[in-house]
This record gives sequence, structure tokens and C-alpha cells, in this order.
Amino acid sequence: AAHGGSAGPPAPERVLFPPTFSVSEIKNKQRRHFMFLRWKQQQRKEKLAAKKKRRKEREALGDKAPPKAVPKTIENQRVYDETTVDPNDEEVAFDEATDEFAPYFNRQTVPKILITTSDRPRGRTVRFCEQLATVIPNSHVYYRRGLALKRIIPQCIARDFTDLIVINEDRKIPNGLVLSHLPDGPTAHFRMSSVRLRKEIKRKGKEPTEHVPEVILNNFTTRLGHSVGRMFASLFPHDPQFIGRQVATFHNQRDYIFFRFHRYIFKSEKKVGIQELGPRFTLKLRSLQKGTFDSKYGEYEWIHKRREMDTSRRKFHL
Amino acid sequence: SSQVVWSMLGNRQFCSYKMTTKTQNFCRNEYNLTGLCNRSSCPLANSQYATIREEKGRCYLYMKTIERAAFPRRLWERVLLNKNYEKALEQIDENLIYWPRFIRHKCKQRFTKITQYLIRIRKLTLKRQRKLVPLRRKIERREKRREEKALIAAQLDNAIEKELLERLKQDTYGDIYNFPIHAFDKALQQQDAESESESDAEREEEDDEDVDKREFVEAEDSDLSDFEDMDKLETSSEEEQEEEEEVEKTASHSKSKGKTPLKGPARRKRPYIEIEYEEETEPTTKTKAA
Repeated sequence: AAHGGSAGPPAPERVLFPPTFSVSEIKNKQRRHFMFLRWKQQQRKEKLAAKKKRRKEREALGDKAPPKAVPKTIENQRVYDETTVDPNDEEVAFDEATDEFAPYFNRQTVPKILITTSDRPRGRTVRFCEQLATVIPNSHVYYRRGLALKRIIPQCIARDFTDLIVINEDRKIPNGLVLSHLPDGPTAHFRMSSVRLRKEIKRKGKEPTEHVPEVILNNFTTRLGHSVGRMFASLFPHDPQFIGRQVATFHNQRDYIFFRFHRYIFKSEKKVGIQELGPRFTLKLRSLQKGTFDSKYGEYEWIHKRREMDTSRRKFHL
Repeated sequence: SSQVVWSMLGNRQFCSYKMTTKTQNFCRNEYNLTGLCNRSSCPLANSQYATIREEKGRCYLYMKTIERAAFPRRLWERVLLNKNYEKALEQIDENLIYWPRFIRHKCKQRFTKITQYLIRIRKLTLKRQRKLVPLRRKIERREKRREEKALIAAQLDNAIEKELLERLKQDTYGDIYNFPIHAFDKALQQQDAESESESDAEREEEDDEDVDKREFVEAEDSDLSDFEDMDKLETSSEEEQEEEEEVEKTASHSKSKGKTPLKGPARRKRPYIEIEYEEETEPTTKTKAA
């Protein structure tokens, strides 16, 4: 009929189609595929031509050209969260002055951390615990040995620990983290993923030293994010030793918290070089509980409910 | 007729309760006393039979007699056993008083086993229960993908460097890093030979001071290394000698001061994904010091 030759791509001018024709109407699969590819090529050519024209117009206008359109990113399109903290909010400031971390931020308490695992930890988890203990100053690793958490917690409080970290393990890899601030502080339960031990990090530096690192907390915008951020901040002693030039970063992006540990050096006042040491992992908050760890009777401040909270791709909670 | 039943079910015909394995035959009948498929343990092939069964933590003795073989509804007679172990054994004895030895014995054995596992259940429920939560594959895959995308969007290195430079600008480090900001700016803006020579003279003076400083302020290694780094921008050859001296002096320290961290130039070799993001909102950060 009026279709061009099927051997090579014929010139489009020779082909005449009825105006309501669409490529999907052809019954023959090979032919349909071929026509579709041709249509795609045509679209691409048109798009290129349009781009070129636009660029020429922009150059022609010079200074008067309209500003470039900002591309949409997920962060741009994020659904506005009403619990976003305004830096000048007094209520938030007052709350933070009186919550469980106030003694830490007033420098009344020195953080002392207990790191432990679930029952019978396997090699990777043990090594990860040790490395974490070198990263966090003033921390101690203890073996679990089948003890109940509810009995451990009063003992920890008696021995002046301020924080408890439990690393949960599944099939020989750590996959969960419970961070509990001890004198009746909030308990956060995270899912941990992509754990890299020190030897798996490429181009890493030497071991982290005993100096107290600085802490960077990025992108914790909402109230919930703020409380989680303060929890992380309270793990590290308040006065970082700048001589050590080490920095621990908790970066929140789309509800995933990335932890990195670097050593930095200022090459000039506009350039800084960083070198990664120490383990890295990512956390995703699963639940935040008001008191210390109590899964049955605890008062939950926030739980991740999959059906309600995962419906929109542009909505984040931290 | 129990003989007939057994000759049918036991060997020749099909019995739906029978499970065969390589070494043994098992009987899945819930009234079976031993659990094996035998002539003496088959509840269908014995017209006089007894079992122990437990329901919700209480044990019952079930009995079946020939007289009631015609009434399936009333076939099994049930007796609640005492909670006390010895009294329950006496109860079994008194109920099965003239019954064959085999059944009596097996009943008592079964009852013992059941009480033992009930005790164990009670003990275990007092200890920590482990809750097994199933993973959902689709969700795991989705989370993993989202995490990767978030990692790319985060641009961690840039963010950290930016934050560190911010802190430097806001003077949180105090006097440790003495970048003479104003002199630098002047030098960049004017770009005069005279100003360069002047700054050179300044640097040389500072180097002389450094020579003295080393004795007193050994802990402040970063100070000196930063000076060196700045000097690298202008002069090159002299500094290498000084660097070597520095390295010897600070051999005890485990950090590599003079070398630039490999992260900088080596970073380019990674497959660099060019994604243009224009971030409008600045990350709200927490400044710890001061």
C-alpha cells in the first residue's frame, strides 16, 4: 500500500498515512516495531531542532533572555511539612531547653556510651562494634550473652552511662540499631543498611585517633528531625578537639541518614580536603519512643506506618 | 472385626493417616497413642483404646470401648486429669484398671512427656520472646533503590566540605588556622609584583618564627602544615625540604600531615555522574562549638 519499502528507512515524505493512523494499529509485530523506531527517531530529531532553535534565540537575545528554568528535584517538590522548624521559633527553643537533652547541652553531663549487640553476634557485627567504639569517644563494647535489655538498663543507669546502642544482627550482618538515651530518655529504632567496615572503604586514611571529633548534622528540618539530630549530637562530647581534625557527619537526605567519618585538612581558606576513615552506614528511622526501650508498653512518639506514610514519593518526615 | 480393619488398612489398602518414611511408618491420627503405625497403636484397628491429649494446658484421658463402637458421637470418653502429676497417674491407673498393659504403660509415658513440655512452655514464656518479622521483598527492593538515589542526591562530600568551610568562616576554629584573609584578598585583587614580594617577605618572616615556635607549640601541628600548604601556592622547592623536616619531627603522630589527602585529585577517577541540582533551600545545620 502506501507504506515505504521495508528494507531501509525510506524518506518520510513519500509515505502517506490516513490522519487518524497510529503506529499501534499495525498487526504485524516486526513492521510495527520498525515503524515505532522510525517514529522515535523523528521525535528525537524534532526535539533536537527545537533545542537548537531555543538556544539560538537565547543567544540572540543576550542579556534580555528569560532566566533558565530551574529543574525540578525531589527536594524542590517536597511536600511542605508543617512541623518544619523555623530557626527563630521560640516554642521550639523553649522545648529544647527543657527536654531530656538539656543537661547535655548545658554541659552538665558527659556522654558515656554502651555499645552492645543482639544475641550471639557474628564476625562482621563484632568488628563493626569495635570500629564504632573507636569512632565514638568514651564508649564501651559489652557482649550481650543473652541478657534481657530491661535488666541491663537499670544497671547501666547505675553505672552512669548516658546512652545505649544496641546493634541488631540478621544473618551475620548488622541491620538494625536501637539508640536509647539512658536516664529515661527517648529511644530511637533504626533500620541500618549498607554498612561498610574500615577495610572495605577505598582510599581510606589511617585509624581514627583518640581526639574528640566534630559533629555535622545536615538537613534535619522537622521537629522529629530535630529531636533525632539532638540524639545524635548527644553521643559526642560537647567540646571537639580541633587538633584532631576529625569530623563525624550525620546527613539526612529523603529520610535516610548517612553516617560518615572523615579527616579534613584546610588547604586554603577556600578549599578543604577530606579523607574518609572509619565505618560508614545509613540509617532509616523506624520508631521513636518516649521512654527507654520497652517494646510492649512504651509510649511511641512516632512509628513508621508503611501504608500511610509511604504513599507519596515527595513526602518526608525527618 | 478389628483384625479385618487392620489387615485392610495396615498393609494392603490405603490409610489416609499413614505416613511412610524410609525406615518407619507414622500415624497421623490425633487419637494415636504412640504416633507410629502399628497393629497395637492404631486407634482404628483396636476396639479398646485409650490416649492422653492436652488442650489449653490441661490433660485429658480419652477412652474407647467396644460397646460404643456403634455410636461414633459417643465413641470417645473423656476424663479430665488432675493437675498434680502423681494424682493424675493414679487417675489413669484407676480408669484403665483392667486394660492391657501396653496401653496403660504408653498412656503414662505420653502423659509424662506432655507435662514436661508444658512446664517448658511456661518457663520459656517468662524469658525474652524473639519476634520474627518477615521481610517483604518488594519493600526491601524499593527501600534499597531509594537509598541509592538519596545517596546520589546527597552529594555528601560537597556538603561536608561546604559545612567545614562555613565553620571556618564563622571563626569556630578560632586561632588555629591563621589564613591571613585580608592579605590574600589584596594580593588577588591587585596582582602587583610589589605586593607579591611583600607577602613573600612576610611569609619568610613567619617561617623564621616557625622555627622557634616548633619548640614550644609542638601540639599545634596543623598550624605549621597549613602554612606550608599556603606556601605551596607561591613557592615550591624550598618547602619540600621544610616538609621533610616536619615529617621527621612529627613522626610520632600517626597522621599524614604534609601529604594532601588522596580524596582530592583521586576523586575524579570515579565515574562521575553529572547531575545538575540547584538547591534552593540551604541545609539547616547545627553549629556545635562556641
